[in-house]
Amino acid sequence: MANKIDRVPVREQDPKVRATNFEEVCYGYNEQEAMLEASRCLNCRRPGCMMACPVSVKIPAFIEKVAAGEFEEAGRIIAMDSSLPAICGRVCPQESQCEGSCILGMKGQPVAIGKLERFVADWSRENGVFYSDKEAPNGKKVAVVGSGPAGLACASDLAKWGYDVTIFESLHKPGGVLQYGIPEFRLPKDKVVGDEIGKLKRLGIKIETNVIVGRTITIDQLIGEEGFSAVFVGSGAGLPKFMNIPGENLNGVFSANEFLTRNNLMKAYSAESDTPIYAGHKAVVVGGGNVAMDAARTALRLGAEVTIVYRRTEKELPARAEEVHHAKEEGIEFRMLSNPVEILGDEKGWVRAIRCQQMELGAPDASGRRSPVAVEGALFDIETDVVIMSLGTSPNPLIAGTTPGLEVDRRGCIVASADGATSKEYVYAGGDAVTGAATVILAMGAGRKAARAIDEKLKK
Amino acid sequence: MYEILVKKDLTPTITMMEVSAPRLAASAQPGQFLIVRTDENGERVPLTVCDYDKERGSVTIVTQKVGASSRKICALEQGESFQDVSGPLGRPSEFVGLSDEEIREKRFIFIAGGLGTAPVYPQAKYLYSRGAKVDIIVGAKSADMLILEEEMSKVCDHLYICTDDGSKGMKGLVTEKLAQLCEAGQKYDQAVSIGPMIMMKFVTMTAKKYDLPLVVSLNTLMVDGTGMCGACRVTVGGKVRFACVEGPEFDAYQVDFDEALRRQAMYKSQEVEADHKCRIRG
Repeated sequence: MANKIDRVPVREQDPKVRATNFEEVCYGYNEQEAMLEASRCLNCRRPGCMMACPVSVKIPAFIEKVAAGEFEEAGRIIAMDSSLPAICGRVCPQESQCEGSCILGMKGQPVAIGKLERFVADWSRENGVFYSDKEAPNGKKVAVVGSGPAGLACASDLAKWGYDVTIFESLHKPGGVLQYGIPEFRLPKDKVVGDEIGKLKRLGIKIETNVIVGRTITIDQLIGEEGFSAVFVGSGAGLPKFMNIPGENLNGVFSANEFLTRNNLMKAYSAESDTPIYAGHKAVVVGGGNVAMDAARTALRLGAEVTIVYRRTEKELPARAEEVHHAKEEGIEFRMLSNPVEILGDEKGWVRAIRCQQMELGAPDASGRRSPVAVEGALFDIETDVVIMSLGTSPNPLIAGTTPGLEVDRRGCIVASADGATSKEYVYAGGDAVTGAATVILAMGAGRKAARAIDEKLKK
Repeated sequence: MYEILVKKDLTPTITMMEVSAPRLAASAQPGQFLIVRTDENGERVPLTVCDYDKERGSVTIVTQKVGASSRKICALEQGESFQDVSGPLGRPSEFVGLSDEEIREKRFIFIAGGLGTAPVYPQAKYLYSRGAKVDIIVGAKSADMLILEEEMSKVCDHLYICTDDGSKGMKGLVTEKLAQLCEAGQKYDQAVSIGPMIMMKFVTMTAKKYDLPLVVSLNTLMVDGTGMCGACRVTVGGKVRFACVEGPEFDAYQVDFDEALRRQAMYKSQEVEADHKCRIRG
């Protein structure tokens, strides 16, 4: 019986070793491991995995091909629905999507769908297989603002359908959060992100870096002066949130965005890079999401002893299970039910400690989560040199502020329908710019839906 | 690529470059800045826009050799290129929103120090060419450190030069010159000061004595320059603001200069160098 086989463990770098380098943690499956793991799939008639995938990858179909050793075919099946499988296989929260709905997970371990997707994508790259059938050029120009997951997915579909697509990126390297946010040890930049972007360029997509839409050029100019028939805005949620507690402007307090951008985009960890970074002897990371885990594990690799401070309990941590597991293995300390109230400085204005309020879980709130409440009088200090705030991000107001007629909600998110249509004709939006900070795969899904809507609109 | 069309050493340590950046040149306005990167390993260095020429598709920047990154910039030669030039960043100066009629009725004074002279130039040029009355005080260590004297003299009614050693103009600080003018009964609708943070702090203290409305342009630390990192945060009027997207210009009287000075020196601190024990090997 296929389902009698245990889930094939994936090889990883030893935690002690990887805590000292930025190489990828997970090695992924080899061919034998992938085929064995794929053989566990029951090929359900009503696949829950596929329904739980935001872009509806035909999961059982591609896994069947992996089990049969037909990797190129498997890649072709994934390519029908996902333009960035090497990335999604690495960073999707599979436990709450495909793998969370796998029938094998009811009693035992679900099929390692994410690792299989990654295997297929890596195999395709290593074997130089390029899946793309491109329609003849239709002469219509579409502009995509932002080269993160939403923009890349949207651009990829439109290019395949014959559109002349230009992506405008504000930073000097394309990829958005894949480039500046997610660290090398989770998502290799040149090998994986660079390769995926290279594939898009092979589709004929143009990428203009260093163009800040809203400053360098406006959406109205793109449509008017530059002759684009439609614009997709996938500008993400780049604005960091702070807690507004005393001491937050002390030297040594950073947003996770700053810390990660210095390290990932600017490669501050490398001796060759001119960009400085400071992780201190001790660092405290505030927050419990994937970004908090990334910041903590980065600070650890830069030489700090790291504590993660989170106001709820481990059960409520919004980070992917794998990231929490990896962070613990690497020796990061977790202080749950702790809510910072003040950052304390030394006489020179540098951080010396963070003061936290002890919390306990109260009654469930509107979201169904038990909300933390303060334990009266229970305050404690954690000595630290660095505090990294990882409390989420909100959309950058630059585009909304310079695009008359583009409606945003009170959180600054662009108002868009399910297919990405905004209040302004020929302007579509999707990803974090619409939803606020979410996941790579949701942004990709939104980019693809908008691509379809743009195609329908421009065909008329 | 962002080719250096013209390079000119203004002093032994200060270099002016005209760089090809058509999109940036087309949209730049007074008060804004840009970010350059010399090469793949280079830092993103924020620099003020000293001039822009929409027809030539170029922007002019002025850099002073102070650290490793600015040395790299100054070492680039005419005909070579920057890896990246990004911008314009930040909000334009508030007067950009005024009509020419409104500008014509106003009198401005600029107080510039050192490299801060460069970003004053496009502002004074913008105002003077629209009929405003403009006075400029420029401060430098000595005559040979003075930059853009000729250019500046063409975009104002009065150019006052102050040097620390008296080798040119008045021997003394820009704050003394400002006090002198105010004491002599000169009236201005708006003052703008751009220069080292410490100078802007003292200009603010001087201007306050004369109830002179004052704007300062803050040269904070930055990484992306688009509001993403928050390295540039400053306290203005008791609120945390991002200099890169909400500034760089702010009402001087609301700025917490001591905090800004401390934060600006974050990576200069010896502690950072001495304490850093990187775990990365090999």
